Formats: sequence, structure tokens, C-alpha cells
Amino acid sequence: MAFYFAQFLTGLASAASLFLVASGLSIIFGVTRIVNFAHGAFYMLGAYVAFTLTERFSGALGFWGGIVVAALVVAVVGVLVEMVLLRRIYHAPELFQLLATFGLTLMVQDIVVLIWGPDDLLGRRAPGFRGAVDFFGQNIPSYDLFLIALSPVVLGVLWLLFQRTRWGVLVRAATQDRDMVAALGVNQKWLFTSVFALGVFLAALGGALQIPRDAVHHALDLRIIVEVFVVVVIGGLGSIIGAFVAAVLVSELNAFGILIFPKISIILVFLVMAVVLIVRPWGLFGKPEAAARRTPGLTVTPWRPLAAGERWASLGALILAAMLPLFAGNYALTVGSEIAIYVIFAASLHFLMSVGGLASFGHAAYFGLGAYGVAFLAKAAGLPMIVSLLLGPVLGLLGAAVFGFFAVQLSGVYFAMLTLAFAQIVWSIAFQWVSVTGGDNGILGVWPDKWASSPANFYWLSLGIAALVVAVLRVIVFSPFGFALRATRDSPLRSEAVGINGKRVQWTAFVISGTAAGIGGALFAYLKGSVFPDSLGISLSVDALVMVLLGGVETVSGAVIGAIVFKAANIWLVSQTDLSKLVLGGFIVLMVVAFPKGIVGRLEAIWNRRRSSEDKKSALATSRVEVAE
Amino acid sequence: MRRRHLLGAGLAIAVAGMAGSAMAQSEIKIGEINSYSLLPAFTEPYRKGWQLAVEEVNAAGGINGKKLVVISKDDGGKPADAQTAANELVSSENVAMLAGTFLSNIGLAVSDFANQKKVFFLAAEPLTDAITWSKGNRYTFRLRPSNYMQAAMLVEEAAKLPAKRWATIAPNYEYGQSAVAVFKKLMSEKRPDIQWVDEQWPPQGKIDAGPVVQAVAAANPEAILNVTFGADLVKLVREGNTRGLFKGRSVVSFLTGEPEYLDPLKDETPEGWIVTGYPWYDIKTPDHDKFLKAYQAKFNDYPRLGSIVGYQTIKAAAAILAKANSTDPEKLIAATEGLSMPSPFGEITFRKIDHQSTLGAYVGKTALKDGKGVMVDSVYRKGADYLPSDAEVAKLRPKD
Repeated sequence: MAFYFAQFLTGLASAASLFLVASGLSIIFGVTRIVNFAHGAFYMLGAYVAFTLTERFSGALGFWGGIVVAALVVAVVGVLVEMVLLRRIYHAPELFQLLATFGLTLMVQDIVVLIWGPDDLLGRRAPGFRGAVDFFGQNIPSYDLFLIALSPVVLGVLWLLFQRTRWGVLVRAATQDRDMVAALGVNQKWLFTSVFALGVFLAALGGALQIPRDAVHHALDLRIIVEVFVVVVIGGLGSIIGAFVAAVLVSELNAFGILIFPKISIILVFLVMAVVLIVRPWGLFGKPEAAARRTPGLTVTPWRPLAAGERWASLGALILAAMLPLFAGNYALTVGSEIAIYVIFAASLHFLMSVGGLASFGHAAYFGLGAYGVAFLAKAAGLPMIVSLLLGPVLGLLGAAVFGFFAVQLSGVYFAMLTLAFAQIVWSIAFQWVSVTGGDNGILGVWPDKWASSPANFYWLSLGIAALVVAVLRVIVFSPFGFALRATRDSPLRSEAVGINGKRVQWTAFVISGTAAGIGGALFAYLKGSVFPDSLGISLSVDALVMVLLGGVETVSGAVIGAIVFKAANIWLVSQTDLSKLVLGGFIVLMVVAFPKGIVGRLEAIWNRRRSSEDKKSALATSRVEVAE
Repeated sequence: MRRRHLLGAGLAIAVAGMAGSAMAQSEIKIGEINSYSLLPAFTEPYRKGWQLAVEEVNAAGGINGKKLVVISKDDGGKPADAQTAANELVSSENVAMLAGTFLSNIGLAVSDFANQKKVFFLAAEPLTDAITWSKGNRYTFRLRPSNYMQAAMLVEEAAKLPAKRWATIAPNYEYGQSAVAVFKKLMSEKRPDIQWVDEQWPPQGKIDAGPVVQAVAAANPEAILNVTFGADLVKLVREGNTRGLFKGRSVVSFLTGEPEYLDPLKDETPEGWIVTGYPWYDIKTPDHDKFLKAYQAKFNDYPRLGSIVGYQTIKAAAAILAKANSTDPEKLIAATEGLSMPSPFGEITFRKIDHQSTLGAYVGKTALKDGKGVMVDSVYRKGADYLPSDAEVAKLRPKD
């Protein structure tokens, strides 16, 4: 009995660490609607700064003072980031801020290694909380008890702040209806900045408080960020109490789960999230999102198919691209194939995101399923390449059909997080089912048949399929189905009123998109000759998001350019510099500032402005002629 | 209009590729790949190690008069990116051989690439047994003592312990799984009387140490096998110390004596763990002294195990290239099979039968000295003594 109680307390201590960070993320999201990918980076910075300060100043005051000062210092950094970077892009399309914070995260990972060195650092133990308390023969660390006591205190303080101060009232009002708060004359700028500062402060405090239990190292951010997102979503976005309950739930399930299934930790949070979201689509304490007031379709220049001239230009560009093998070497051709494959992958997500209005955070699942499909068919069944290439993506299709059915019942960030949960479940199956998938050692020896094995032939194959997939997706966009999908995206109520079955349309779009991703994955397996669980992983899903956002989410085919720019920059930088993350992150941040609608979105805007002024001129000319007549 | 950019990007890459392929005939290039950005704690000392080796090789006249050049790439911890890098090295840089890699899955990906493209590959650090056995191929050789060898070295000591009830804690991925499997198998062969009472599989890099420690303690084992390393190890040790998990229990631990993993533990280093590692401060052989002096003089820092691995990888590559006197992969393979050479740990040989080197490891106990973790009572175990018989190896490895 004493053991179970001790295990319960241990779970609570884990929950406390999680809650501090999650509460900050929840507050930031609730008010600013920013999916703050950099939250983990602030957590890590908190730990590093606290390490330096507590090493420098000894004693109880030095330690506790160091923790608080570290959190304050990082909060100031957060304020600078908000004022210099995020303020510029609040009006960018939804999720665009994710791109900026992703760039920041990459930069911070390299910066901490530059400043603090590559070694894992061991922080001091907290003065007065070094030992353990004996509880019927079970040792419970006193620092755990401190953390357990701290989290309700933080919860209480936050509650008072939000319920009993004018600032808190404004924050709650903004969480519920930003536009109305702005209309009432509240200075949103400072409200956002102060909320961001508080959120970052909590993240950094969470990180700083870990130094007596953890090692400080450069991968801390990735370790926490996904888990914290999951906690916030399980609890319900913007709900602090929800975050608290979710943190406790997840930590306790883990503490007791490992007693029965020692391998459960790897997937537990995602399983819990999938179940919670299927049962309660807005999380445990969340409320249904109010219908969006601003219809995204209205802010966008209406889409149109390519004009005849543009079609010829695209065809010409494709022919030029197809001439690459005439003068490029094998390496350039292989990189070209890889870029073409990423074009397929990005275009498939782009279709779901911009045409369907459904941002998936787990799109790699269908890419990876396509790759595994090919690997199974080629290695286990020994089928020839053509057959495997045709049948492999079917696995992506099936996965998308099953997961898509559940996912399209939700919308917005909840949809995104459910897709992430499904992707992680697929990933963990590939990772754990060693006898079938080879686990993380993957499946080797999936090389193309002779006819496609030369880099030039494989390049032509990839380029051809990429062009086909992009063209087909465009055709679908301008088909009646595409119009129905866009109608559902722009106004669910009106589209329902004209007789469109929105869920079914979205589900179909999900399956189309998943299949297209599977085609990319199938080619990828042959390009690399092997398949690993990485190809189902979070970082690949994030890459896809980045490519779409970089290209421009409000465009028809911006992802094509986004994929080319991102992948080419990525491969080139990794090859050329040791600080590739710093440079790539900086590049993304610059792109965000320079192209707040994405590259293609920005170019289109310039193009349209020029054309509309030309139209006006000619319209003026015509009317003069009329008058003259 | 959309695809013009593809062409632009392609052109840029092609031009870069052509510039790189203008290779001077007086050079021999080695292409090196490792997870520099993902695992800097291990790969930075590793990089220093091979830089020292390159300097020494060229100071001694290079390879049959030609200058040795190492072109190094980061794989970011992803197998697919490692293959992109390998391809660049082979196709545009025209390297004579590939070398390096840390993670097992990346080692396997590059080894499969080498097999497909018929390129010589010297795997430096990946520990998986598969790379020389179940998925071995004729183009791949491996330097570091494998999982099996390290397990066999530890089992030799562990079997002497009186403990009968054992628990295991290992990261939940291939390395942890196969380390535990081999250790259990060899241990149960030597000591049929022992019982395995609990196993914990925290995700790599994400251990929630409190509940894990508590769960292991609840099974009340007499001895514990640990396979975690890096930040996970730090968390495990801290929780274990506070909760008294290690009190009165024997612990056997993979790799913990390597300075990369032992040094961060500082004054919290648990005492008396039986570990494999690298006690650079205690090795008094002329071969090692020479290496240590050169390393400290060049970098003003002490070596980690990564430094030894990086140094010996390039030294071995140079010896192979010198003996083959050619960059033809078949000649390189012929030259490497059975080749012996000196190393800071004494003479090593690349076995013909499975392409594994006989580099060994130090086995000893952890101790605290002046608030720092050290290895004491360490003995060098030769790799050759901890490999299965040739008949068994022949069964494990596919025929070429």
C-alpha cells in the first residue's frame, strides 16, 4: 500500500513539472492563438540560465534567487521575441506564427551549444531539499514534495490573477473574443506582450526548477514541447485547470502504467489524447470554439485555374527541369529526386490545409505508411518495383481512411492534435513491432529495379510522378468536389444549407491527401533503399508544415515552391555548415518577416496589385472612349 | 512558372557538385559522417580525435606520399539524411571510402548504401550486432566493440556476484533491447540459478526517472543492469541516489565508465558500479601515453572515448589505404581482412570472418575521487576474447 501511495506522489511530482510549462503554453494560445513551438526552447533556456546563475551564486538565496532571476531573464527574451518578431505576423494566415517559432527553436538549439558547450551539465541540488522523506519504508524525495506543493500554489496564483484583476478580466475576454476586446478599445499590443511574457516566464520557471533533478542539455526542448502540447489539448485549450488535471492524469497513468506495461511510456500520452479527443472533441475542460467570424475565403483573392500562358510556362519549366540529367552529376540528380518527392509530400498536405482548411500535424504518418507499404511488398512479398509503387500507397490510403474518419469530426487545433496522436501511434507500432518492421533498425535493401536504378532514370520517374500528382490535385481543386470542399472550409453552415455533406467531403479530401502522401513515401523508400520509423515521425510532419507555410497557405500550389526552397536550403546548409540549425532557423525567421503570406502568397499579392492597377487604367480608357462616343 | 525554381535550385547544386569533383590527384579523400548536431557530447571529442589522426598521418608523409583529406558531414541523427550525405561524398566528392556514424540505425543505413553502391565503409561507433552479423555485408567493417562483446565482458564480472534476483533498466530502442537480450542470454548460460524479476523500458531521452526507480525498487532485486546513458543516466542516478535504490544492490552498467557519461555525474557518481568505459587517467601503456600527450598538447583538453574512436577510425583508414595502395573497394576489402595495426589500446585486428575489429574496452568499477566520478580497478579486455566461436559467427552472418 505504501508503495502505491509513493508511486502516486511520484506521479504528482512529474505532473507538477509538466503543469508549469503547460499552463504557460495554454495562456499564450488562449489569448494570442499562437501555436508557440518555441515554448520548449524557452523552457530549455530557463534551465541553462538557472544553471549558470546557481553555479555562480551559492547558498539558499543564490539558488532560489537564481531560479527566479533565470525565469525573469528568459521572460525578457520572450518579450523581445514577441515585440520584434511576432507582432509583425499576427495578421498572417493561421498557423503562420508556428513557422516563426519553429525557426527560433532551431536557432536556440545551436545557440545553447555555442554558449554552454556540448556536454550534459549537472545543476546543483536545491538547498534544504537534498534528501528523501521516509514514508513506511518508501523514500520520497523532499524536492518532489516541494514540487507537488508548488503546482497548486501556481494554479491558485494564476486563478487569482485571472479572476481578481482587471488584467485578468481583459485576458479572459480576449480568450473568448479577441475582436470584441479590440473593438472596445483595449490596447491589444500590450495585452498580447504581457500574456506572452507571463507564459514564457512559466516555461522558463518550469525549466529552471528541473535543474536539481535533471541534466541540462541541448535536447531538453524537444523532449518537453510535444508532451506539453498534448497536455494542453487534453485539458482543453486556454483552460488552466484543464492543463492541471491533464498533467496529473497523464503522469499518474504513466507512473502506474509502467508497472504493468514497462514499454508504455513511449506512446501513453498520445493514446490518452486520442481517446479524450474522440470522446470529448474539445478536451476535458475546453469549450466548443465559437464560429470563426472572419471567413478565411473572403480575405483571399479568389483562386482561378492557370491561364493558358501560365500553363505553357509551367510546362516549359517542367521540360527544363527534365533536362537536368543532361548536365548535372549523380549527386545533384539524387537531390533533385528527393526534392521532387518532398514536392509530392508538401503538395498533399497543402491540399488538405489550404483547400480543406484542415491543418494536419501528423501528415508523415501517410508518407511513412506508403514507404512501409513498399518495403513490405518489395522485401516480404518480393514484388517488382512497378507493382510495389502502385500498391504501396494503398497502405497510406487505408491509414488515412481509418484515421481521417475520426479526425474530421474535429476542427482547428484539435483536429491537428488528433492527427498528431494517430501519427505517433503508427510511429510507435513501427518502432516497437520489431519482428515485422525491424523496429528502429528499419527495413533495409529496398532498392529500385534495374531500369530505375540510375540516378537520371529515378529522377525522371520522381519528377514525372510529382508533376502528375500536383496536376491532379489542381484539377481536383477546380472540380465540383473542390468547390464543395472550399465551401465547407469557408462556411460550414452555409455549405450544409445548400446540401453539402461536409464531413464526408472532408473525409474524402483527407483520404486523397493521405494517398498522395503515400505516393511520395513509396518513392522515398526506393530513393533511400530503406525505411525507418523516422519517416513516420514528428519532425517529418513538422517539415511538411514548414514547407506549406513557407510556400503560402492561401495559394493553390504554393507548397511546390515551399518544398523546393526548404529542402534545397536544408540539404545545402547541412552539407556546408556545422551550424546548420542556426542558419536554417535564421533563414526561416527572415522568410517569415519578408514574406508574411508565404513566398508564393507574397508574389501573387504583388502580381495581383500590379494587374488590378492595369485593369483600372484600361477600364478608365474604355469609359473615356464611351464618353467620347 | 512554378517549376522554374526547381531548375534554379538544381543548377546551383549541379554547379556546386562540379566544383567539388575537380579533385587533385595528390590527395586521398575519406568521407566521414556523424551525428554532430544531435549528439555533440560524444561527437565533438570524436571530431577532435580524427583531426589529430589526420594531422599525424600527414606529418608522417601521408598515404604513400599522398595527402589524406577527411570531408566530414552531419547527419542530424536521421538515417535518410545520412544517406544523402553518403551520396554526396561518393558521387560529388569521389571519396575513397566512407567512415563514421554513431547511432545503430544510421550505421545500418549507410552500410546498406555501401553494399548497394559498392563502396568501402568503416563504421566507427554503432554498437548493434546486426551491422557485422545478421545484416553484415562485405563492404562494411566496424571498429568499436559491439553490444555482444561489451555484454560478454560485463557478464564475466556480473556472474561472480552472489546476486540472484536481477532487474533491468534500458532505453526502449534497438540498442537497449539488444543489450538486455544478449546480457540475459549470456548471464543465464553462466548462472542458470538467477531470476529476472523486473524490466523497465523508458523511452530514449525521455525517462521519467521517479516512477521508474520506484517500480524497480518495488520488485526488490539484488542486482540491476543499466543500459541508459547521457541525460537519462543523470536523471536515473539522481533519483536512484535520493530514493536509495542503489543502496545494498549491485549495479552493472553499459558504457557508464566513458568520460562522456561519467563526468556529468560529478559528485553524484554512484560507487561500485561494474562498468565498461575509458579510464584515460589510469592507462599506463606507451601507445596510450603517446596518444594522450599528443591530444592534450593539441586541444588542451582530456580525451573522451569518442576521441579514441575518432582517432583510431582515421588511423585504421590510413593503414588500410596504405596497404591496399589503391582506392578500389575490392582491394580495400582484401587489404582490411586480417589487417593488424597499433592503437592507443594496443594492437587490433580486423577479422576476416565478420569484419569486426578486435578493439576491446576497459572494465572496472566506478568511484568518487575529489568530487568527481572515476573508474578504478580497471582492466583492459581484449575484444578477441569476447566473441563467439567462428562456427557460430558463420551461422549468424549471411553469405556474401
